[in-house]
Amino acid sequence: MTAALKLTDLSKTFYLGGTLFGGPTGSVKAVHPITLTVEHGDTLGIVGESGCGKSTLARMLVGLLNPTTGQIEIEGAALDNADPADFGKRIQYVFQDPISSLNPRKTIRQIMEAPLKRLHGMDKPERNKRIAEIFASVNLREEFLDRYPHEFSGGQAQRIGIARALAANARILILDEPVSALDVSIQAQVLNLLADLKSEFDLTYLFISHDLAVVEAVSDRIAVLYFGSVVEIGPAKDIFRAPRHPYTKLLADSAPVVGRALKAPEAKDTELPDPLNPPPGCSFAARCAYASERCRTEVPSLSESNGKTSVACFHPLGND
Amino acid sequence: MKVFLKLLARNRLALAGGIVLMLVVFLVLITPILPLADPDVTNTANRFKLPFSEGAILGTDHLGRDLLSRLLWGTQLSLAVGFAAAIVAATLGATIGIIAGYYGGRTDNVIMRGVDMLMAFPYILLALAIVAALGPGLFNALVAVAAVNVPFFARNIRGITVGIAHKEFVDAARLAGLSDTRIILTEILPNVIPVIVIAMSTTIGWMILETAGLSFLGLGSQPPQADLGSMLGEARSALITNPHTSIVPGVMILIIVMSINLLGDGVRDALDPRLKSGALSRPMAATMVKRDGPVPAATGDGLLELQNLQTQFHVKDRVYRAVGGVSLHVKRGECLGIIGESGSGKSVTALSVMGLVASPPGVISGGAVRYDGEDLIGAPYRRLRDMRGKNVAYIFQDPLATLHPLYRVGEQLIEAIRAHRPIGKEEGQKKAIELLEAVRMPNAAKRISDYPHEMSGGMRQRVGIAMALANDPDIIIADEPTTALDVTVQAQILAMLDDLRRSRGLAIVFITHDFGVVAQLCDRVAVMYAGRIVEEGPTASILDKPTHPYTTRLMACVPQLGEGKRRLEAIPGLPPVVDKLPDGCAFADRCERVQADCRTGEIALERKGDRAVRCLHPVTPLQEAAE
Repeated sequence: MTAALKLTDLSKTFYLGGTLFGGPTGSVKAVHPITLTVEHGDTLGIVGESGCGKSTLARMLVGLLNPTTGQIEIEGAALDNADPADFGKRIQYVFQDPISSLNPRKTIRQIMEAPLKRLHGMDKPERNKRIAEIFASVNLREEFLDRYPHEFSGGQAQRIGIARALAANARILILDEPVSALDVSIQAQVLNLLADLKSEFDLTYLFISHDLAVVEAVSDRIAVLYFGSVVEIGPAKDIFRAPRHPYTKLLADSAPVVGRALKAPEAKDTELPDPLNPPPGCSFAARCAYASERCRTEVPSLSESNGKTSVACFHPLGND
Repeated sequence: MKVFLKLLARNRLALAGGIVLMLVVFLVLITPILPLADPDVTNTANRFKLPFSEGAILGTDHLGRDLLSRLLWGTQLSLAVGFAAAIVAATLGATIGIIAGYYGGRTDNVIMRGVDMLMAFPYILLALAIVAALGPGLFNALVAVAAVNVPFFARNIRGITVGIAHKEFVDAARLAGLSDTRIILTEILPNVIPVIVIAMSTTIGWMILETAGLSFLGLGSQPPQADLGSMLGEARSALITNPHTSIVPGVMILIIVMSINLLGDGVRDALDPRLKSGALSRPMAATMVKRDGPVPAATGDGLLELQNLQTQFHVKDRVYRAVGGVSLHVKRGECLGIIGESGSGKSVTALSVMGLVASPPGVISGGAVRYDGEDLIGAPYRRLRDMRGKNVAYIFQDPLATLHPLYRVGEQLIEAIRAHRPIGKEEGQKKAIELLEAVRMPNAAKRISDYPHEMSGGMRQRVGIAMALANDPDIIIADEPTTALDVTVQAQILAMLDDLRRSRGLAIVFITHDFGVVAQLCDRVAVMYAGRIVEEGPTASILDKPTHPYTTRLMACVPQLGEGKRRLEAIPGLPPVVDKLPDGCAFADRCERVQADCRTGEIALERKGDRAVRCLHPVTPLQEAAE
């Protein structure tokens, strides 16, 4: 059986200051070469703070952005050209902001019909049947179909967004912060719905979020992104319980947890490195308590180190 | 559409303009069937007849042609040419604008620089050049006027398109397999059309005027064909001797352009969503107060005390009870958490303290807010203004929205101090640096000359906190100050707030939806649901033994780090809308412990020791929880 999703050296560089005649004056490496595999039926959680490149990565995976280098392989088939329509049948995207991802001037029916018509060329009765099936799966009433997006609450709109992604019949869904715009009591409803849909339609998820607890609750494996690179990847149950990269540990210690005393886990008030001027070695070195001379000059690569978790660090934690 | 017409009709001037314009259009439409003289037949014997003379109501011109007939036929032509030019210009301009804005990059650059070049010429010069190249004639004048107005539409529409092309629904359409052409036609265009209509309605009068201008110069309609401009042009030589020949077409131009402009303004106001939402109506300096009931007597609990506070929003004929009787207090050095979901009234409660709820539509309709015993509800604006920042300061969620983008952060800090006491430039600078150091900003002396956009979210929030500390307040009200921040930054900010309250004896009211944050920072916590407090007490005790079913379920549905992959216990249903609150408990519909008595009458906040709960069938008996 082939993996659902396989990335090989996928990277993205944005060029800045391009003018009418002159070339670019600078560049930002938003995503450093990433190689990873998502097994069929798995949920891979991707966590990282703002600016770590998680949205850029997600947009490349669905073909909304052209990768600078590397290859995306979906269910064994390589997709080289960024053509969303080509990707659309295999991999779909659920957006963070449920309201702004629905065109305010289209009815829900028009929105739902677009992928069925354009990607699968279904005729009218077929489309109606399929929409009815999907709406039943996401617990939405069919009478909603003739309303406009502004008439829905955030939770309902997000269900519609999920329904649209399912309509394309893709087997892989990229969930980009799907619940962070929702209220906590609604979050749980949507997360449970996603879990049900996964088993019903045999889906593979890539779940992107900044909320560690949410990611831990839904994922089988988790990848931690820092400054455009995967710094640690491993089974969800281990990654925050026994972090091996100092950055993962910092994240885990920073999350507010009931019953843990308040302390700033970081003594220094540090900021992310400047993306226009990246440091030569490990990008976390300046914030890291364990940084050595080697960390400041050489970039560590992601290597298997104890069979389960891979970490990109010269001095991983928990080895001794 | 109905709403649009209603809004339009409310604007008296626009309505008048619309009626006049409709009259003119009606007259012009029935011109062919009116018993009028032939407009082009000359009769030099009858030249320059005055208005109201026999056989010619408006008189005749220098060739003895009937002015009324010429006026109506001319108006028809001018209006047709004006509308045609507007439609051509709007279509071309919008197409160019949408293409430039949608594709962006080099396409955009090339197209827009071309448009810029077109705009660099004075419009009349450009129109003259076009007519000179194509030769005089009404059709060529139309082409010239349309061409001259294309850049206006192109630039306008491009700006709007750029904003829409980056919206998520456009990405979603791409993923649904829509081609670029289809995205432009079905996703972008419907969202741009209102803007095109607005731009057209405000420029069409101008285009009629421009067409008349070209005809006046003899470059538009050719004799004997009449349009308003050529009528004026021909009458010019007799301006002194027979002014009526100029006045007739002149007045008609005035009427048309005036009515179109008035109507256009009305259309713009009715269609513009910003104007519809009342962005132009300025809120009052302090929230309106309309207290019916008696003011509760002071009890002397805490530095800040809210007693049965009620704040409502009056929108048209609906009343939203955002805060429905909230009583709270906070002591010096204490941190009180208010936890709740969006719409639970936690932010409105906080803003009511200093009269910061926008009025209209906000109204404080009952209760009291006491600072050190003094009732602030209904206090004069002067007093409130004096206290804002000096006694009670706020920290908001999004520091990028609360800091002014055009001033350096140092200047904004100094301004915050100056609002309460005069301070010299040097001393101000020193104090600003001190404040930034107090919030542990690295490199404070250098950072005071940064603009807000040059800082990261965490650093901006530090500036926000420094600003709140600027006048040494006793109370800080922090409304979700870390929600927009990354976890590592959140941890730093929370640790700093905790430090500040211990070192300065600050009272903090901390609004959040995150139990983890409450657990780490707050001494006491109040849980709000649908505008009321449903549970209150010491944080540790509530987290240990929650009594209200809502608190219990809210805690259960939020995943906690370290619990692993699992199914979450969702709360079914949605919170109620606060303009239609049910009788009895607002949570009843979502509650699994609900019984018949939950749905009737007022349920009081029952208090035992330091715990309080508003529930008839609590999860843990209050007595037990309070021990």
